[in-house]
Amino acid sequence: MAETKRVETAAEAKQNQEYLQALSELLFQLADDDFILAYRGSEWLGLAPHIEEDVAYSSMSQDIMGHAVMYYEMLEELGLGKADDLAQLRQADAFRNAILVERANGTGGYNDNPHYDWGYAIARNFIYGMFKRVRLEALLSSSYAPLAQVSRKMLTEHRYHMMHWQVWMKQLANSTPEARNRLEAAIAKVWGDAGELSDLGPKAEKIVGFGLIAAEAQLRAEWLKQTQNIFAQIGLDWPGEPGSPAQRGRAGEHTADLDQALATLSEVYRIDPAASW
Amino acid sequence: MAQGQNVLDDRLEAACWELLQEVKDPEIPVISMVEMGMIHKVRVEEGVVHVEVLPTFVGCPALEIMKNNISEKLLQVEGIREVQVHFVYEPAWTSDRIAREAREKLRSFGIAPPPLDYKPGDAWEVACPYCNSPYTQMENLFGPAACRSILYCKQCKNPFEALKPIYY
Repeated sequence: MAETKRVETAAEAKQNQEYLQALSELLFQLADDDFILAYRGSEWLGLAPHIEEDVAYSSMSQDIMGHAVMYYEMLEELGLGKADDLAQLRQADAFRNAILVERANGTGGYNDNPHYDWGYAIARNFIYGMFKRVRLEALLSSSYAPLAQVSRKMLTEHRYHMMHWQVWMKQLANSTPEARNRLEAAIAKVWGDAGELSDLGPKAEKIVGFGLIAAEAQLRAEWLKQTQNIFAQIGLDWPGEPGSPAQRGRAGEHTADLDQALATLSEVYRIDPAASW
Repeated sequence: MAQGQNVLDDRLEAACWELLQEVKDPEIPVISMVEMGMIHKVRVEEGVVHVEVLPTFVGCPALEIMKNNISEKLLQVEGIREVQVHFVYEPAWTSDRIAREAREKLRSFGIAPPPLDYKPGDAWEVACPYCNSPYTQMENLFGPAACRSILYCKQCKNPFEALKPIYY
């Protein structure tokens, strides 16, 4: 980590083309992970198991969407394009989110017989959330000062998201055999994709070299350690080494699920991008 | 800059602070944004006022409304021709920034204020804003806004909300 000079502003970041590229790449990973997961959360609106959960889950999805907005605005400041356009007009291969967050909530569509898997929603949000916490903590010492600042703020909020999901994990793990079986099946499904979360993409070496975030191996080890501890506390069996999906989302390879998500979420925006909201 | 200009800007700043007391939190209309500790800085330069605002929650949907309300209000100040609202994250907003006198107003609105001097790991004990009983129960960590939770008082049998402690 020889080049970890602290960069205070977007203008300063733009003076070094290599730094700018590495930073943008990382910001797209952060933005797209939160944006797509928040979108999947929004698809649960009106479908959550009870009214209180519906309010809570929508509120958290809105907050995660707000985190994505912060990152897209940082990209806008860096000259990558308008935040709204970045979110809504890019093709799937420009997205850098991990495959885990784009998976559909279950079978059927929101308007067409949604058979969504609540266990999967819990396991995905919890396991992604564990990684997000480790990542935000690592970003506190990012060389890009604005990123370190917003990360600190996000951590104060993310804490509550994790409390919420942890209650669900604990209750279902210690409930009826059916609840436990379904939760375990959902964890297994999430775990098959979760190994990609700590992937920093094709530009990983530059991203780490510029001191933007800690190295992949370090993020991964910390995340696994913390997750293993919580699994033990809850009384869940440790699923072992996480798997990785066939596609590499961090390199712009995605599943048809992302195409569906992007087509739906940007449908209105594409009709009239100049409309005022 | 001439000395006269400085004095004028200082006076305009004071006028802006005063009017900002009237800009309420859109979700909690009894409390001003100043009392919420959300207004960090007000700086006037040649008729342009720059207001630095600390968001309580990054994902708060009321941020745009606050921005517009601030602009509308400050344009009423004679001598102000433009309002620039900036959301800043340094320093980060924490719930200890809420003014002491505002805490009572929150209670009167049915919202329990966040605990003072809260430290990570502390238990979050919430007294009912109506009857002050500690015999309350968390119903939903996430209420109608991300910054609030929904609780129920087992003493006076009222549902109420509480502002989450935000700290780092």
